[in-house]
This record gives sequence, C-alpha cells and structure tokens, in this order.
Amino acid sequence: MFNASLKQLSVLLAEKKISSTELTEAFLKRVKTLNPEYNAFITVNEEMSLEQAQIADKMIASGQASTLTGIPIAQKDIFCTKGWLTTCGSKMLSNFVSPYDAGVIERFNQIGSVNIGKTNMDEFAMGSSNETSFYGPVRNPWDVSAVPGGSSGGSACAVAARLAPAATGTDTGGSIRQPAALCGISGIKPTYGLVSRYGMIAFASSLDQGGPMAKYAEDLALMLNVMTGFDARDSTSLQREKEDYVCVLEKPLTGLRIGLPKEYFSKGMSKDVECAVEKALQEYRNLGAEAVEISLPNSELSIPVYYVLAPAEASSNLSRFDGVRYGYRAKSYSDLSDMYRKSRAEGFGAEVKRRILIGTYVLSHGYYDAYYVKAQKLRRLIAQDFIDAFKQCDIIMGPTAPTVAFDLGEKSKDPIQMYLSDIYTSAASLAGLPGMSIPVGFGEKNRPVGLHIIGNYFAEARMLNAAHQYQQITDWHQRTPV
Amino acid sequence: MTLSIDDVKRIADLAHIEVNEDEAKATLTQLSDIFNLIEKMQAVNTSTVEPMSHAQDVTQRLRDDVVTETDQRELFQSVAPQVEAALYLVPKVIE
Repeated sequence: MFNASLKQLSVLLAEKKISSTELTEAFLKRVKTLNPEYNAFITVNEEMSLEQAQIADKMIASGQASTLTGIPIAQKDIFCTKGWLTTCGSKMLSNFVSPYDAGVIERFNQIGSVNIGKTNMDEFAMGSSNETSFYGPVRNPWDVSAVPGGSSGGSACAVAARLAPAATGTDTGGSIRQPAALCGISGIKPTYGLVSRYGMIAFASSLDQGGPMAKYAEDLALMLNVMTGFDARDSTSLQREKEDYVCVLEKPLTGLRIGLPKEYFSKGMSKDVECAVEKALQEYRNLGAEAVEISLPNSELSIPVYYVLAPAEASSNLSRFDGVRYGYRAKSYSDLSDMYRKSRAEGFGAEVKRRILIGTYVLSHGYYDAYYVKAQKLRRLIAQDFIDAFKQCDIIMGPTAPTVAFDLGEKSKDPIQMYLSDIYTSAASLAGLPGMSIPVGFGEKNRPVGLHIIGNYFAEARMLNAAHQYQQITDWHQRTPV
Repeated sequence: MTLSIDDVKRIADLAHIEVNEDEAKATLTQLSDIFNLIEKMQAVNTSTVEPMSHAQDVTQRLRDDVVTETDQRELFQSVAPQVEAALYLVPKVIE
C-alpha cells in the first residue's frame, strides 16, 4: 500500500477494499514511527487529518468521489491552510495559524483529499538543502547523512520515504525539481501562471509556482488536474481552457525530438550523474525518440540573474513581516522602528536576511539600473534562447542537479556553492517554462540521480507523457529507501 | 565592485533589520562573494534588449469596483501580536 500509485489507491478506495480513514491512519502511523528520524514534517495533526478522511469516506459512499478523493497528500508548509500552523519554515511565522486556505489547498479540500501534514522546507523557500529551516534540517531517506535538497525537501523526503503517497511543493529556481532529483522521486513545476499563488507565501512572485511531487509521472498528471486552473485572486493566474494531463500519457514517443543543450553536457556535471543521464537518454532512443543538439548560449547567466531578481522580489515581499499584523514580534524594543528592526533580526534566519539585504541593495537608488534592470534584460535573453531552441526540438533534457545529494553541512557555510546547485533549473524558472525531474538511476554512495525535462510553455502533457513512457520500461521510480 | 561595512549597515537600515558589528563583518564577506558572482552580468551588452518582468505577456486584469470580501476582522486579528478595541497596537509614535 505504501508503494502504491495514486491510481492504485484510488481503485482500492472506490472498490471499498480500504477506507480513507484506514488509509490515513496507516500513513499517520508510519509518519509517527519514521518522522523523528527524517524531520520531513513540521506539523502533523491526526485529529484534523482523520476528520477530513471521514468526510472523504462519506463522499465515496455517496458516489461523489473523484480520483484523488480520500487520498492523503502532504502539503508544503508554504501553503496557508485554515486552522493549521503555517510556518514557511521560519521563526517569523512559528505562531501563525492560518485564518484562510490557499487556492491550492481549497482545490484539494473540494475534491476530498486528506491533508496528512505540513512538510518541512527551507525558510521562506530560500535554500537548496533544507538546512535553512527554523525547524531543523530534513534527512535524505536514501542516506541520512545527506541533504534531501530544497526548498521542498520535506515534501521530497515524505514521498521518497513513503510517509505520504504524494505531496505539494513550490519552485522558484528549482525547489521542486532539485529535491525530487536528490530524493529519487518525480516532480513537476508547471508553466508560470497555471497554479494559483493565492495563499502561497510569496518569495519571488514573478518566479514562484506550485506543483506536485510523487512517485509516478502518472501521479503528477492526476495532481496537476486538481491543482491547475484560473484563480481571480492571483493577479498572474492565467485564464485558459482547463487541460487533462492524463489522457495523453500513453502516446508512443516515436519521433519525439529531444534537445540536448551542449552547455549542460560540456562541463559542471559530475561523472556519476552524466553516466545515469546518458543511460536514460539511450532508453529514450530505444523508445523511438531522437536526440538533437541545441544551444542555450546565455544559460551561464541564469544564476547571476536569478540572484538579483529573486532577492529583489523577496526584499519587497518580506517587508510585510513587521511584527504588527501577524507573526513574530520581539520581546523588548525602545520604539516602533526598533520594534521592526529587532522583530525582523530575531524572526528571520541568516539566509533570509542575506537575500533581503542583496535585494534591498540592488533595488536601492543608484544601483537599480545596473543590477535590477540589467538582470531583467538578461532574463529576456535567457527566455529567447529557449524560444529559439524549441524550434528544433519538442522537449529539452539534461541533468536536474550537477551532483547527487551532498552531505549535511557540506555547503551550508558557502552560499555560492549552495546557489550553484540550481545551475540547471533556474533558467527554465526565469523563462517561466515548465520543468520536471524524474529518477533515472543512482550515482556515488548509491544516491539518486534525476533527469531534468524542460518543455515549451503549456507542454506539461507532453512532458508527463515522455516521463510516463520512460517509467513503463524502467523501475527507478519504484525503488524505495526504506 | 567593493562593498564596505558602512554599505552593509546602510542596507540593513533600509531593510529594517538590526545587525551588530560581528554580523555586519560576516555579512560583508558573503555579500561581496555574491556580488562578484552577479558581476558576470555586466559583460553582456544589453543596450537593445527590453527588460522582462514576467514570463507571460499578459496585462493586468481589471474588475468592477464592488465589495467582494466579507468582514473577517476578528478572525484576521486573532493572529496579531497585540490588538485592542479592534486596533493593532504598536509603540507610541507621536508624543
């Protein structure tokens, strides 16, 4: 049961072989046993989860069920969830019980999914290892001395360790894809604007995008069917026809043109990752796809551009945390200004402060044009590279991360090394393109390797189709660490 | 580009974050490293490129100017650090 796909669980529920209450209880029990070691969850609330499971059981009994009704889903602690502690991994929100639901949470509630708990994450989604969380690091279930990646590290760990059948994540520069790769699971960041950002605590608003994390590509398709759709409360939500991501999964890959960016394969990738990725590409050739060499000449600039734009937006977004309307307030202060300064100094962790300072600087008088506008111009060049590349290919493939999971503490003292973990993922984020990662083998120390798939705007169905077909002839996604 | 300790303190002040001398020193080293990384951007000529602020070329939606929210003041103020008589309390600003 713990290894079952969402579709398999759905069939068990529909055929009354198991109830949502029994399923939820089983996962809660597993969380209770294993979470102390992994620290994947910040909040577990058995009572509230079981209450939802009972509602789901009634929906199933009265014939109102859809595919994900009654299935436990772990929710990243960045999504505001009514009545649940919603911390975003920060001391700043360590006392914040959300008075409302995020758009994504509403959608899962409407169809009767069960919230199995709120997952650990890098503070305000700023990090690539989950080590910046106020609630302590998450362990990689494949090797507890390794990081799970970040920022959606708790979600990735929960799925990999089978503490939840699936989870939500969010991705600003790689925060769904990199932890999915490092934990050996599948995850997709949709095209910017497809999933509502309403109630999803903002980091960098022009980049942030929610998405699903699960074992199977098919699970991701089922979850995307729930998560995507217009929301008037998010000013960048796209108004477009609702798509079905499941119906094209079975399409053969004959003639699929896979673009391989020469910049991604020339340097930076470690040998073990390269070996696993090459093997996966060979499988794709066996499936009838053809490889085309492409070029993304400005890809090297994506990290510098990202580390101007994301902190700039973060410094603006995080100015709302002032200790007045919600969140942490310092215990002692002399006046209003001192209250702001102390509340923010005590409430934010080191990485968050670092990014707020970078952002404040690049937006400040005299530097705005040299940094912020310059980065926005380069962002267009990076996006244009992809537009040109997609004239020659249908999807793009490469490594998700340059190495397998690194050790806890290995990069936490060196921000630059940490930032470079997102070297392959941040370009697609800047362009607003969908990106996903699927497990394609193991590298050094038997740690998982992820294949990065980038699609054109709104090509999620095609990407999921490509991932699903690969998962029909391989079993990396079914391997379990525990 | 070189940052000084005073720059760090000035930025921290703009960002309303208190930093002590030791923190400012540690931050200076890290910010300098990060700005060296960012500096790579300057090598590219972008004089003819339009800045891109959003991935999709969409315009801001407009809606009718009507009330769409109900009054949930009590609920929203339940998470505030200090509230009295429906007002958020902060230290005295005007003597």
